[in-house]
Amino acid sequence: MATTAETLPIPEGQSADHGHDADHKPGFFARWFMSTNHKDIGTLYLIFAIFAGIIGGAISGIMRMELAAPGIQYLGWWVDFMGGEASFDANLHMWNVLITAHGLIMVFFMVMPAMIGGFGNWFVPLMIGAPDMAFPRMNNISFWLTVAGFMSLMFSMFVPGSAAGLGAGTGWTVYAPLSTTYANGPAVDFAIFSLHLAGAGSILGATNFITTIFNMRAPGMTLHKMPLFVWSVLVTAFLLLLALPVLAAAITMLLTDRNFDTTFFDGSRGGDPVLYQHLFWFFGHPEVYIMILPGFGMVSQIVATFSRKPVFGYLGMAYAMVAIGVVGFIVWAHHMYTVGLDVNTKMYFTAATMVIAVPTGVKIFSWIATMWGGSLEFKSPLVWSLGFIFLFTVGGVTGVVLANGGIDDNLHDTYYVVAHFHYVLSMGAVFSLFAGFYYWFPKMSGRMHSEFLSHLHFWTFFVGVNVIFFPQHFLGIQGMPRRYPDYTAAYEYWNQISSMGYMIMAGSMLIFFVNLIYAYTMGKKAADNPWGEGATTLEWTLSSPPPFHQFETLPVIDDNADYHDHRPASA
Amino acid sequence: MAGATLEQQNLKTGLFAFAGALAMLGLGYAAVPLYDLFCRVTGFGGTTQVATEAEAAEAERLAATAASKTISVRFDASIARDVPWAFKPEKPTQTVKIGQRDLAFYTARNDSNVPITGAATFNVEPEQTGIYFHKIQCFCFTEQTLQPGEEVRMPVLFYVDPAILQDENAKDVEQITLSYTFHKAYDPNEDSSEKPAS
Repeated sequence: MATTAETLPIPEGQSADHGHDADHKPGFFARWFMSTNHKDIGTLYLIFAIFAGIIGGAISGIMRMELAAPGIQYLGWWVDFMGGEASFDANLHMWNVLITAHGLIMVFFMVMPAMIGGFGNWFVPLMIGAPDMAFPRMNNISFWLTVAGFMSLMFSMFVPGSAAGLGAGTGWTVYAPLSTTYANGPAVDFAIFSLHLAGAGSILGATNFITTIFNMRAPGMTLHKMPLFVWSVLVTAFLLLLALPVLAAAITMLLTDRNFDTTFFDGSRGGDPVLYQHLFWFFGHPEVYIMILPGFGMVSQIVATFSRKPVFGYLGMAYAMVAIGVVGFIVWAHHMYTVGLDVNTKMYFTAATMVIAVPTGVKIFSWIATMWGGSLEFKSPLVWSLGFIFLFTVGGVTGVVLANGGIDDNLHDTYYVVAHFHYVLSMGAVFSLFAGFYYWFPKMSGRMHSEFLSHLHFWTFFVGVNVIFFPQHFLGIQGMPRRYPDYTAAYEYWNQISSMGYMIMAGSMLIFFVNLIYAYTMGKKAADNPWGEGATTLEWTLSSPPPFHQFETLPVIDDNADYHDHRPASA
Repeated sequence: MAGATLEQQNLKTGLFAFAGALAMLGLGYAAVPLYDLFCRVTGFGGTTQVATEAEAAEAERLAATAASKTISVRFDASIARDVPWAFKPEKPTQTVKIGQRDLAFYTARNDSNVPITGAATFNVEPEQTGIYFHKIQCFCFTEQTLQPGEEVRMPVLFYVDPAILQDENAKDVEQITLSYTFHKAYDPNEDSSEKPAS
């Protein structure tokens, strides 16, 4: 069957005893559990990300509930609920477990699977005119490794973490010695193993994307004619490929330090715990771009679509992402200004970090320039994208503040940092996810969602998350440290408001789910291209939802087509 | 482009990409010796230098020809929380001539009723002076075993390299803090890990 790949692009999972009809779907189990179809795997990733997002979001609800007032109100109840015995130490450990789970789930099991696994799998092959991913079976392995990683993380909450109770209470950074000397139970091993599994899945996925994008573009679609979303996934895949193995090395060292008597991070025996921080952040900083770059790509598609204009500065946009990716590898120590870096090192990392504002600015201004003079149509995807641009810029500005080594000495590990990274992630990345979701939901499901509910979702979510996180800037500047469940009464006012914001945000998520139910029960059937002439990428030339196997005849991109129009000349 | 070629091409690209990931994994591990080497060579993070007697003599000769300048050295002593020792410098500060060898003493007393072997970690503050702080002899070069109740005087023979006066970032430093922390030395027969309460 290897020789038929070109003429009859049936993915390998389709064995010969099944029919040869392009739209033939395998049975339920084979289709969803042994899937090799990029669209089905994309759907699985999206469902998984929504599921993990609910859990991670619920955990942040527990956290906001506890933080609504000074003192420790609810943690003891959760310790009892998990079968432990509430005590001062156990309560504080429970808090650490919650923040660890929230961080790891949101990063590795919500944003990454949704952005890369979900939208990347669904739309990279469609946008480049490929029948499927390069390695469909590996694609399947990637997904199930991610699921297994999630299971391992969930399991860690039910085994002893340290003397104080169950679960891994190390923070998502898993710093030594907190994760070695001071966490003797198996919970941290399970958490580390969870990162191994998710990391392996992502590395395989990255390999798959790179191969697909380099080798399987439709005839005539040069790299410089690819849609920007494909560019963003390509850059992201390279970041994954270069950053995740370093994390794997670091956490493997942690694992052997914990279990096999090595001393990589043990200061008393010749190791250095700061080395762990260097390794972690050499991964960790590119990781934050991994989480946001596909969002950049989606927003570029959406802004161009609803402005009915080519995106402004296509090449600048593409290479700005490349530049962000490259520079993202040489700024890691701005996460560790307080470990005792000398002043020259701090100066370098401050300057290098600020340089990233340049390509990021290129992107922000190019989006605005794309809209300038465009025929704007404020459909839900555009509204979410505008929210993204505004909120990401706010987070970017506080990022430039934090980039300063001197200022960071004061703000390090305060709520100012929490506010900053939630503005770029839980607002930046999540707004772009919702933008992409509303943009492509009709294509993926074949049903139209309610524009009214989508707008309502937007406004309530927008208000909610801003009420949560904007006051945290004040708390941080006033000196409230992060990672604590208790605080002095001086911080009560803004914490209370922040927790009220959580309620608004949670309510807005209900609207999202109501919208989904509406779409699947009462939603109008979606046209092939519901967004009109501004939608110029290849996925809109297919039916909604697309056939199980698409592009049996590869689309040929006209040589003369400008790089905004990614369709064949005839379309 | 025949179908088989696409598959071969995919395999090639995929393997290249995977090899890149493996290389980064290797680099992650290579970071361990490289980081160690980097700190030793550059004095990064206040890593002090080790000098021979000959080098010390050379530095002293150089210092003699230059204008003599003094610098204050402060001695700091800490212990890890599982080491029941009393550990302190004999004098909290000494003023030394730059380039001149100087001998300082720390005392340590084992307050427990079992023999304990300790190993000291060390660095200096401000960190940019690490490259100029040379030790000729130090109790931190070896492990120290103290019997119950035993008290010992432990010497450090050091000098500050006159080259510090040529370094824009270090020449204005008036006091260098030399810090030691005693940890329990590794004993493979001892299970040092606390077991979690279940």
